[in-house]
This record gives sequence, C-alpha cells and structure tokens, in this order.
Amino acid sequence: MAFLEVVNLEAFYGPIQALHGISFSLEQGGITTILGANGAGKTTTLRSICGMVKTAGQITFDGTSISGKKTENIVRHRVAHVPEGRGTFVRVTTEENLRLGAYTLKKSREIADSMERVYSYFPRLKERRNQQAGTLSGGEQQMLAVGRALMLRPRLMLLDEPSFGLAPLIVQELFEILGTINTEEKVSMLLVEQNATLALKLADHAYLLETGRVVISGTSEEISADETIRQSYLGY
Amino acid sequence: MEELIQQVLGGIATGAIYACIALAVVMIYQAIDHFNFAQGEMAMFSAFLTWQMIDWGANYWVAFFVCIVISFIGGVAIERIVFAPLHNAPVFTHIVVFIALFQIFNAGAGFIWEFTIKEFPSPFPEKLPFDTVLIGPHELGMTLITLIMLGLIFSFFRFTSIGLAMRASAASPESARLVGISVGWMVALGWGLAAAIGAVGGMMIAPVVFLEPNMMLGILLYGFAGAVVGGLSSPGGAVVGGFLMGVIEPLAGMAIGSELKLTVALVVIVIILIFKPSGLFGRVVVQRV
Repeated sequence: MAFLEVVNLEAFYGPIQALHGISFSLEQGGITTILGANGAGKTTTLRSICGMVKTAGQITFDGTSISGKKTENIVRHRVAHVPEGRGTFVRVTTEENLRLGAYTLKKSREIADSMERVYSYFPRLKERRNQQAGTLSGGEQQMLAVGRALMLRPRLMLLDEPSFGLAPLIVQELFEILGTINTEEKVSMLLVEQNATLALKLADHAYLLETGRVVISGTSEEISADETIRQSYLGY
Repeated sequence: MEELIQQVLGGIATGAIYACIALAVVMIYQAIDHFNFAQGEMAMFSAFLTWQMIDWGANYWVAFFVCIVISFIGGVAIERIVFAPLHNAPVFTHIVVFIALFQIFNAGAGFIWEFTIKEFPSPFPEKLPFDTVLIGPHELGMTLITLIMLGLIFSFFRFTSIGLAMRASAASPESARLVGISVGWMVALGWGLAAAIGAVGGMMIAPVVFLEPNMMLGILLYGFAGAVVGGLSSPGGAVVGGFLMGVIEPLAGMAIGSELKLTVALVVIVIILIFKPSGLFGRVVVQRV
C-alpha cells in the first residue's frame, strides 16, 4: 500500500458536494501535485485529508486510516498542512509562530533543533524573529507557513498554492527550498498549484482535477507531454 | 485633598475587582465571541462555597485555594457540558443560555444559602503595620492579591506554551488545529481560568459588599464597562479599564451624588461604544497581504 492512499473520496460543504469520489496515492518520499482550475476541488482535497471538511471514502496514511479523525489528531501523525492563505498567527511574533508549529513536540531539544533548521532554510525569518507576524511581507509569511510546517518534523507536507501572490523570484527561491527539503529530509509532499509548469517541474506524479473528479493522472513527464494539458494548463 | 486621595485609593481597590471581572469576561469573549452575563453570578457562587468551607471550620487560605480549584473545574465543566455543543449556535441561543446560567447560580445560591446577608471574613490583619488613614487593610490586601493573580495570569499567557496555544486558538482557530492544538479544550481552559479569576474577585469583594446572591450585580456592570473601555480584544486593556472604572466610580459619586453612580458605568459604556468601539487599548491588527 502506498504511503498516502485516498480511495473514493467525497467531500461536502453543507448540501453541496465538492469531490465526487476521487482516488489517488502518493509514494513515500515522493512529490505529487494536484492540478486544476479554480473550483476543481484542489483545496478541498487537502482539507479533506486534514479532516477539515465532511467527507466520505477512505484515507490511509502509512497504513493507518485517518478518515473521520479530528484535524488536531491527524497532525499528530506528523502530517503538516501549509494552508491556503498561509494561516499566519498574525498577533504573535515570527518565533512564536514557529513554536506553535512544534506544539505537538514535547522535547525542548527537538524544538530547538527544528527551529535551527528552519532558520537555516529561511535566514530572513531569523532576522524577523521578534516581529509581529502579521507585519511580514507576503513572501515572508509564506516562508513562515512552510517553516511552521517544518517545525513539526513532518513525514508528509500538504502545500496549498505556496506560489500564490508571490513575486517570481521569491517563488523560484521557495520551490528550490521545497526541493531541498524533499531530497534531504525525505519529506513526502502533496502539492496543489495553479502554476502547473512550476508544479510539474517539482513533482514526480500529477493528477488533474476537474469539478471534483480526477480526469488525468500519470508521471510528471507524461502529464507535461499530454496535448490537452499543455494547451489548457501549460499554455503553449 | 485627603478625602480625594482616600477615594482614589479606595477606587483602585474596588477597581482591582472590576479588573478581575473585566478580564474574565474578555477571556471568554475572545474564545467564543460572546459576553458571559453569568460571570458575576459564578463569582458570587464561588464566594459562597468559600464561606461554606470556612463555616465548616476550614482555614481561610485553605478554603481560598480549594475554592479556586473548584471554580476552575466548574468553569471547564460548564464549557464542556453546556457551551461546546452550542458553538455553532446563533447569538440568541447563547444569550438565552447565559441568562439561564445567571438564574441558576443566583437562585441556586439563594436556595442553598438563603437571600439573607452574610458576613464574609477578611483574611488580612485588622491593623496595618504602618499608620495611615488613606486606605484600609482589606482594601490594600485585596489590591495586592489581585495584582499578584493578574501577574501570574499574564506570565502564564506570555511565557508558557499552553498560554501561547490559547492565544493562538482564540485568534485563529483553524490554524491552531493545523498545528495540533485541541481548540475545544483551549476554550474550556479559558472558561476555567475565567471562573477562577472571577472567584478570586468574588472572595475579595465579599467582605466589602457582604455576601448575598445579588452582591455581584453592580460589580458585573462595572466589570463590563471596564472591559468595553479597555477593549474587548485586549485582556491587558480590560484590566486597565477595570481599574479606571474603579476610580471613576467614587469620583463621579463625589461630583454628582451617589444615586447616579451606577448610571455612570452605563454612560461610559455608551460613550466608548459610540466614539471608540474598539476600546482604549483594543488592538487594530496590522496585517499585510
């Protein structure tokens, strides 16, 4: 069984069904991306894995079923979610944001190590450690969101449009760091992106969602070569 | 002049109690976005528990700390049993439940201990070690006890990881869940702390106003006024607001007569809400997107 196995996942917002039985899987150490237009159900897929919406279907992480569990308990399996809109704790400092990321770690030694690692990836956050996090720039807040997720020492990271609203240079820097985290720390990643070119470069596998259904899936090379994808999502 | 200083110092002492109630109200407001009307009655009930323990022969300070623990557990239990199932319910439901709680504690205390006025002991010596006519020993004692408690509460929020988690849960519950915080339990913890803070306020003010089921009515009103003045988004502001109301009250009494004293609290609430709805210290969050 794959590291993350999603079978026949349905998701509901009140009476509205957002996902109509999608299935996908992710291998340990891999990066899978979910592509699709606005409203296709990408964010909902990530939120379903974290127990933030009402769902039906099976979600298994590393052999344990996590469907129907509470968000805070899923996090304890070391699944870190970098949410849409970055989820910054705006009223507390940068460093307190990072400490919150390590909330489920109990040993202060581990927390200090995690903090050092995050600061080595994002020296900018170290400069801003005592600044109220709400006053950080968009790029810095995105780094903080990734940093907060890293504090958990995650085995799986769920990334919801990390490139959103950022300048191209910052996006490039961020994606390089994500690549490093994946190769050096063996953190598996599930990446949701509007920017398909970028996502396919980082990921090894891709799924294309359309109105809550998987329409195409395959390795990144296959998807990049696909005629419809190229025309509709890559734009050349 | 001497009378003025007396009034101001006495005001600071009662202000300490208003500060307790204001802080308790703000803590619950931050967690669930509603005013707890029953905060005063909960404090009154706690004071009765202490009175009962002392009446049974317990040492004052033993009763004091046992009461804090019982109040804390009671606060947590109220949240878990009554409010947790309601957390998505409309405002009106909350108001009805608060009124019900108010009645339950008020009538409950009357039923158990009767509505007659009872004397509540002061734990402080009858004479101060130094000579002064400016402030009485109980006033000085209750100010100190309250300040110590407020200091402990603020250190808890500032320096412990649970305190940080509670602040994070109140401000961004969804992000808090995503780092593994059980937001529901943080809210319950907030209720427990609020009940405990209120209990200290109730026990400290009881020797002044005498113990009876309606003793907290006026104090709750001033506590609310303090919370609004300081800003509902700012626990520190609520405490300052409480002290301010404590000082304004006797001064207003001197200026316009004691019949209108309670009205002053309401007038202050209205004025603040009109001109500075976020309160004097209410935080306007700076956020870049």
